[in-house]
Amino acid sequence: MRCDEVAELLPAAADGIVPGGLRGLAHSPGVGLEDRSARRHVEHCVRCQAELVQYRRLLRTLHGLRTEVLEPAPGLLADILATLEAAGERQAVRSLLTGRRVAYVGGIAAAATAGAAGAILLATRTRRRPLAS
Amino acid sequence: MHTEDPTAVLVAAARQGDEAAFEALVRATYAQTYTLALRLTGDEEDASDVVQESYLRAYKGLARFRGDAQFTTWLYRITANCATTHLGRRHRRRTDHLADDATVVDRDPGGDPAAQAEAGALRGRLEGALAELPPKLRAVVVLRDVYDMPHEAIAAELGISVSAAKVRLHRARRKLREVLFPLPGEPGEPGDHEERTHAM
Repeated sequence: MRCDEVAELLPAAADGIVPGGLRGLAHSPGVGLEDRSARRHVEHCVRCQAELVQYRRLLRTLHGLRTEVLEPAPGLLADILATLEAAGERQAVRSLLTGRRVAYVGGIAAAATAGAAGAILLATRTRRRPLAS
Repeated sequence: MHTEDPTAVLVAAARQGDEAAFEALVRATYAQTYTLALRLTGDEEDASDVVQESYLRAYKGLARFRGDAQFTTWLYRITANCATTHLGRRHRRRTDHLADDATVVDRDPGGDPAAQAEAGALRGRLEGALAELPPKLRAVVVLRDVYDMPHEAIAAELGISVSAAKVRLHRARRKLREVLFPLPGEPGEPGDHEERTHAM
């Protein structure tokens, strides 16, 4: 394989990094390369070894950013909490309205049921009333 | 639920409707969330908008959070998704630079001062190089290489295929490496062709 072909594999091969740095690299320069011919190339090519080392250094530095925190503007926390409070209030109003709607519909349904029951009862009594003898 | 997650108790309380617990979660995590949002958007104002939207979505979707990942992992996925949506909506300014005056707090201090200074300088150059990347490449490399997000999750939150995510990661790493650690014969330097065609 040629360097320019191997170079295409190096960004992904850099994932083979082991925590604690590059200690294993001196013994196995091509670690992380799945392609056997690419691995063999790297084992004998100082330039590609150097490039792989730089990719691993890049990844270590990127991992290091995880511990950094960029300080937000002072008002951000208050803004977030205000947004959440507004959302909470909207949610409460919505559930209140939903609750009232349910009560309203329930009331109508109950009244209608009561009315129907009354009508049936009335009709039944009328039918059962004995004829005057 | 992961017992090692320090936010687990707060999450459990917040899921029961404890608003004070959710507020405590916000206080505990908003600086990290802002950091991710700023790294993804490259703009302080956009980052603040993304963070507010992210917590709103988290608040509304907390019932769906099952606790099979850390709360921050779940929140970062939401943030990545919000940032993508936000950047998609934004058609204005193309000066996506991390603000030079953004205060950086290293949460893992300690070690040799000289090495720390060198590492700090390198991190500074890396931040600059990240800011110069196109947003689509930057998002993938930040989520994968800084926040350890799996390719599948990145693809899902950015609305792209897994293979597209891998291609973007490849390009982003290569660009960053070329900027930070240029090798002899890199593009723009004489003798590049001869050196890059060395065969074994």
